[in-house]
Amino acid sequence: MKTLFDKIWDAHVVTTVEEGPTQLYIDRHLCHEVTSPQAFAGLRARGLEVYRPERTTLTADHNIPTMGQDQPIRDQVSRFQVDTLAKNARDFRLTYYGLNNPMNGIVHVIGPENGYTQPGMTIVCGDSHTSTHGAFGAIAFGIGTSEVEMVLASQCILQTRPKTMRINFEGRLNEHVGAKDMALYMIAQLTTGGATGYFVEYAGAAVRNLTMEERMTLCNLSIEMGARGGLIAPDEATFSYIKGREFAPKGERWEEAMAYWRTLHTDEGAQFDKEVTFGVSQIGPMITYGTNPGMGMPIDGTIPQLEDIDEAGKISFEKSLHYMGFTPGEKLEGKSIDYVFLGSCTNGRIEDFRLFTNYVKGKKKADNVTAWLVPGSWKVRKQIEAEGLDKILEEAGFALRQPGCSACLAMNDDKIPAGKYAVSTSNRNFEGRQGPGARTILAGPLVAAAAAVNGKITQP
Amino acid sequence: MEKFQTITSTYVPLPIENVDTDQIIPARFLKATTRDGFGDNLFADWRYDKEGNPKPDFVLNDPTYSGQVLVAGKNFGSGSSREHAAWAIGGCGFRVVVSSFFADIFSNNALNNGILPVVVSDQFLGELFASSRANQQATVTVNLEEQTITNNETGKSESFVINSYKKGCLLNGLDDIDFLLSNKDKIEAYEKSRAYSY
Repeated sequence: MKTLFDKIWDAHVVTTVEEGPTQLYIDRHLCHEVTSPQAFAGLRARGLEVYRPERTTLTADHNIPTMGQDQPIRDQVSRFQVDTLAKNARDFRLTYYGLNNPMNGIVHVIGPENGYTQPGMTIVCGDSHTSTHGAFGAIAFGIGTSEVEMVLASQCILQTRPKTMRINFEGRLNEHVGAKDMALYMIAQLTTGGATGYFVEYAGAAVRNLTMEERMTLCNLSIEMGARGGLIAPDEATFSYIKGREFAPKGERWEEAMAYWRTLHTDEGAQFDKEVTFGVSQIGPMITYGTNPGMGMPIDGTIPQLEDIDEAGKISFEKSLHYMGFTPGEKLEGKSIDYVFLGSCTNGRIEDFRLFTNYVKGKKKADNVTAWLVPGSWKVRKQIEAEGLDKILEEAGFALRQPGCSACLAMNDDKIPAGKYAVSTSNRNFEGRQGPGARTILAGPLVAAAAAVNGKITQP
Repeated sequence: MEKFQTITSTYVPLPIENVDTDQIIPARFLKATTRDGFGDNLFADWRYDKEGNPKPDFVLNDPTYSGQVLVAGKNFGSGSSREHAAWAIGGCGFRVVVSSFFADIFSNNALNNGILPVVVSDQFLGELFASSRANQQATVTVNLEEQTITNNETGKSESFVINSYKKGCLLNGLDDIDFLLSNKDKIEAYEKSRAYSY
């Protein structure tokens, strides 16, 4: 009896070092401009080629502007970094989706939408939100640059086998509650380091009922509670999402794949190192109030009092609230905000734009709000246009930008100014994450839409 | 990679929990294409004001604290996978980070750069902070061979865990790529023998 994780892991073991890590074979390697240049430089220094070039795909996303992508990047250092990625793609004969390529977009958006991401795979990328791909029943996790170099050189990586945890979401979601709220609720319960050392499988009726894009949102945030990754057993929703996509298996290969993919589930009676169950009926629309994703609460909740925090955590808690300009015991519902960011690998897909657009339809953006709407890829943006969502957004006072990671990590010009409050559909509310001094309130796309039209934090 | 030897050193205390990699090295400093120069921007937003002047109340700007060992609160290195965090810590001269809990990816990145993450108990960590408050010249000794860390103020020691493969890498200054490249035949054999291939 094996867990889903065990089945996939065991199918990828090349060898195990005595009293040491496992040498794991990697099926799909995704690369972007920020965490790869030193790895390619390492290959050159050792005189190595990329071992299996067909298994690595490159895209530029972290450090690119979201306006005027047809122009050369103004920031010289950023331009050099993106040019370096293009040069590495040429020198090592790798597929690269650069700026203005219709396949370009955020690495964790283009993987699934083009059928690169498949059940049973091992997938890595020099980016912690690689956990996103776990939604398809893959072992997907983020790695550092030295590990990127290992994968380029050998298509393998050395990893210590993580412990396994199953998180069950039972029951039926309330209205206006989505995968982002489930995730923020879960992280608030388990804390930001609560799943460190574990690989998580999400299960239960509420997970089965999620769409593939919602599953991606949930798996995406696994790292925010420290998990190596999170995965969901593939089912009919998974298969029908993948079928027909550009790099999905076709014809006989599809039948062969399906026969294998149908075996990818946790066997009845298989043991996890830890198991947690949440009833989803108690989850409402969530926001964060602090500077890590575990500091979340329902919109109508109140920030904890200092005496509720354990002794060793008091300094960090006070520092966090001081940074946010909040006080212990404060309620945030009704609080005025300055920016709204819709986008990122967490919530930058077509369903997120549909939810947001549906809410703002016939309403107007609040005058005190600057809104940045950044599709996760060019394909997402084209779909937005094909469905006429861009027109509805425009009538409500919103404009679409071009794809990229944008204000999620503010490497480009999309920086929230110091002291300003941003309701953001991204994944991290760390100090300075969205710009030096920026104050981030994480939320799902519906809460972001409500904040954008009301100018303050409200129930959607 | 430089071989890791026993270190006895003063240490820099940072008694803050959940120090994430965006604090260790903010994203705007990730535009470089080499591994050098990140040390100057370690903890940049805590260390410098808007004009780039050192903030006197931050520990790295306090000349009474220094050393090759950084001692930090629980859950150090959470968040992004950026190895730049390890490069920044190494670039500032640290060879050891001590905490009661580390995020996984950070631990791997540190080890891959010859920096040893040492996990100690909450009590041992609290005593290290207390010792350095009482005596800024307090020292620790980290012995990788024996897998022990000693607070030389209190004389108390704890043992720490590291897998023997990684220990060997650090002691001998070897990295994983050397190992993987020596295993090419096994990789090819795996590719030929797997039941379902992508």
